[in-house]
Amino acid sequence: MDEDRQLISLFAQKAAQIRTEVIRTIHWAQSGHPGGSLSLVDILCVLYYGVLRVDPLKPQDPDRDRLVLSKGHGAPALYCILADKGFFHPDQLRTLRTPTSLLQGHPDMKKTPGVDMSSGSLGQGLSIANGMAMAGKLDGKDYRVFAILGDGELQEGQIWEAAMTSAHYQLDNVTAIVDYNRLQLDGTVQDIMSLGDIQAKFQSFGWNALVVDGHDHGQLFHAYKLAAATKGKPTVIVAQTVKGKGVSFMEDKVEWHGQHLDKVHAVAALQELGGEAHG
Amino acid sequence: MGELMSTRDVYGRTLAELGKENERIVVLDADVSSCTRTCEFEKLFPNRFFNLGIAEADMMATAAGLAACGKTPFASTFAVFAAGRAFDQVRNSIAYPNLNVKICATHAGLSVGPDGGSHQSVEDLALMRALPNMRVVSPADVVETAAAVRAAAESDGPWYIRLGRSDRSVLFDPETYKFELGKAVTMQDGDALTIIATGPMVAEALKAAVRLKDAGINARVLNMHTIKPIDKAAIVAAARETGGILTVEDHSVIGGLASAVSEVLVQAGCSVRIRFLGIQDTFGVSGDPQDLYELFGLSPDAIYQAALDLVRRRD
Repeated sequence: MDEDRQLISLFAQKAAQIRTEVIRTIHWAQSGHPGGSLSLVDILCVLYYGVLRVDPLKPQDPDRDRLVLSKGHGAPALYCILADKGFFHPDQLRTLRTPTSLLQGHPDMKKTPGVDMSSGSLGQGLSIANGMAMAGKLDGKDYRVFAILGDGELQEGQIWEAAMTSAHYQLDNVTAIVDYNRLQLDGTVQDIMSLGDIQAKFQSFGWNALVVDGHDHGQLFHAYKLAAATKGKPTVIVAQTVKGKGVSFMEDKVEWHGQHLDKVHAVAALQELGGEAHG
Repeated sequence: MGELMSTRDVYGRTLAELGKENERIVVLDADVSSCTRTCEFEKLFPNRFFNLGIAEADMMATAAGLAACGKTPFASTFAVFAAGRAFDQVRNSIAYPNLNVKICATHAGLSVGPDGGSHQSVEDLALMRALPNMRVVSPADVVETAAAVRAAAESDGPWYIRLGRSDRSVLFDPETYKFELGKAVTMQDGDALTIIATGPMVAEALKAAVRLKDAGINARVLNMHTIKPIDKAAIVAAARETGGILTVEDHSVIGGLASAVSEVLVQAGCSVRIRFLGIQDTFGVSGDPQDLYELFGLSPDAIYQAALDLVRRRD
């Protein structure tokens, strides 16, 4: 338990650091998706600093755990963590969204060490995670596959095709996490296309479905452990989050889905987060 | 020309053989495995066969995930669904990350027959040809199909192999035939014009060429089994040496063989008389495939008439 306590404190420290880096990186790039990147930070930090079996020195290790960022527009959060873990030099973050960069606007597995799958067109990541999980079972490997979905993304029909497949093939090595920040590009998810009871929907598809506070590191860590211990069926973790989490003027604001982060706003955000503005 | 056999039958048989030789091969289907013949693989290797149900989008992205973890997936359904319904999955999850997925689509073009226009894919070559990284192959007969499927299994990266529903004449000897991606096969040489055909139209073009010979016209017949990368040298040589080109395809004349050949000719600066036989910017209808080929101007007689017209107008 002491070990867990140490980890929880590491998650808090890393999440604060990564939020600062996300703001800087999106400011440098002069475009990107701040809201959905910030809502994702805690989900990703607990995974990368406490759960995932990955090694920056062996990014292609066939035995590694896989992560598919199906909501690919959250890429800045993923990139900042991969840089921090040493998959590539943090200086690369300054090149985000430029032609020769390792770091494209949405994840590109052919360019970025540590990115297990290209994404960007919503709705495809859970199917891909299923394929990875099927390959693992065929090869008798114990790696786990994580797919991170947006809540708005659940409006894509393919997610539910894939949800049937995960359950049908009893892919207990698949864990889906829904970043349930309740907002999408055009407005609230409730207004645009309401999702109903996501937990009940997944349960009726044959999944183990958990609901957690997506900014509570202890709850997330516990949910990942429950997912690993659940056999015979896949697990979904519905992580209730706040879009723009950590920056008061972005929190719960639709307009920060994909808005450019100018100097004034970047400095204000960094002051709130306790980081300094560089460059 | 030899006996009649269907490319999909040989596809299923070849997959089953490959399954024994290469355990990385896995097969996916979307509830049409008895039609695409992937069921032949399933019988032998049930653990390596995944039926995704009527969910083509899910199938293509699942195949991408299997490929990302070292498998060589063959994903099959009807061409209209493989290239059309699942286009975005093929684009973003297979072609963009250049993953090792082999899409083998059956029931392409008018060869579907009585199921009609909803099921007759006449635009799949255009869609697949536009994708970077994608190799696009349209075999002429069963021997070429088996060879192309084997070549796909041995190469890394995405392929689209276009197969038919109906039986076709056997054109090649399996003992001697060698498939080479991107290299057209000269079925017969000639100097009066070149008929460039692909898929089931190669056999029809050869029948037309026999009649042309009787009329004193020596047609070169090229089997353009690879639509991408296309054999530029063979096309340019055909233009320079025979002066007239007739393309023939069981596909729209927009975006497929006709377009690919024209792009080469225009960029090479070849001034040549050219005519396209294919589906003329319309959808198919129900009917027996041979009747449909007649109706849509793709019968040996129609090819003969078009070739004659091309040669005479030049004189």
